[in-house]
Amino acid sequence: MTNIKHEINNGSEDLWTVYGTTLQSRLFLGTAGYPSLDVMRHAIETSGAQVITVSLRREQAHGSGTSPFWTFIKDLPARILPNTAGCRTVKEAVTTAHMARDLFDTPWIKLEVIGDDYTLQPDPFALVEAARVLCLEGFEVFPYTTDDLIVGQKLVDAGCRVLMPWASPIGTGRGLANPSALAAMRQRFATIPLVIDAGIGRPSHGVIAMEMGFDGLLLNTAVARAAKPIPMAESFALAVKAGRQGFLSGLMEPRYGAVPSTPDLGLPYLR
Amino acid sequence: MNERLDPIQVAINGKKQSLEGSTNLAEILKKMGYESSLVAIAVNEEFVPKGRWQSFYLKNGDRLEVLAPMVGG
Repeated sequence: MTNIKHEINNGSEDLWTVYGTTLQSRLFLGTAGYPSLDVMRHAIETSGAQVITVSLRREQAHGSGTSPFWTFIKDLPARILPNTAGCRTVKEAVTTAHMARDLFDTPWIKLEVIGDDYTLQPDPFALVEAARVLCLEGFEVFPYTTDDLIVGQKLVDAGCRVLMPWASPIGTGRGLANPSALAAMRQRFATIPLVIDAGIGRPSHGVIAMEMGFDGLLLNTAVARAAKPIPMAESFALAVKAGRQGFLSGLMEPRYGAVPSTPDLGLPYLR
Repeated sequence: MNERLDPIQVAINGKKQSLEGSTNLAEILKKMGYESSLVAIAVNEEFVPKGRWQSFYLKNGDRLEVLAPMVGG
């Protein structure tokens, strides 16, 4: 596999910062749904992701020793971003965040408060309230949100220093369902790191998001459920890099009229 | 007689169990083989930080949730 380097064309490193942590990679990778823990670990390593998401669930080993999952990820050179997946109320999410901080020894929390079982759309009211509570308690909150500008602003007002809008519902692989709304969000929150979270299905979706100027991409299913997760992890790493470099390099504006790229000068008369 | 010595019925991750009433949460978890660094605890839907396990005693009917790291997106 190619060793993914995160350098742009002028040779300088394209670093970015979230909650004071400087990252090279702009890809966050989930840890669920891989055919095996070994494949998961190799996919993470191949992707170059420096942030990986995890959850908390009832202990299954019944005290028989260290969780196999933890054994596979604890030595990876990636920061753990625990989530509150499955939470549907402020209390559930806040309690889960407390438990995550105790378990993983990190103030980072990917805040999910689901409001609809069919779309897994965030409940914006509960999300903002949970974010407010957690930010006041010193958590560094990564809120999974929609592309709604008002909700985004209220999350920022609550203390969030990064926003994670969905591209489309979790696990659908539909890509950017509402690019206009996402473009408006990028424009409105010009100084806030925006990480596209959920709905990414193909590397090309990642390229589009990064070309739009989003700061990062969080995905899971598209890699984990690929026929070959490890090469797919590399594909997404390359896509994120390609899209980011395209954004930084200045994309041409589309136009309706054709413009020949080959000069007319010197065109022979052969009619 | 100290009532803590009476056995108590609790639910651990949804499964009912009988425990000695005299043991604190830290001892219960140790007896059950949980590595303290790899679980987080809630009792009756309230988080109990590691720092309180030694002084926290379960009572009859308590619901204990023992959570561990798991895959997630």
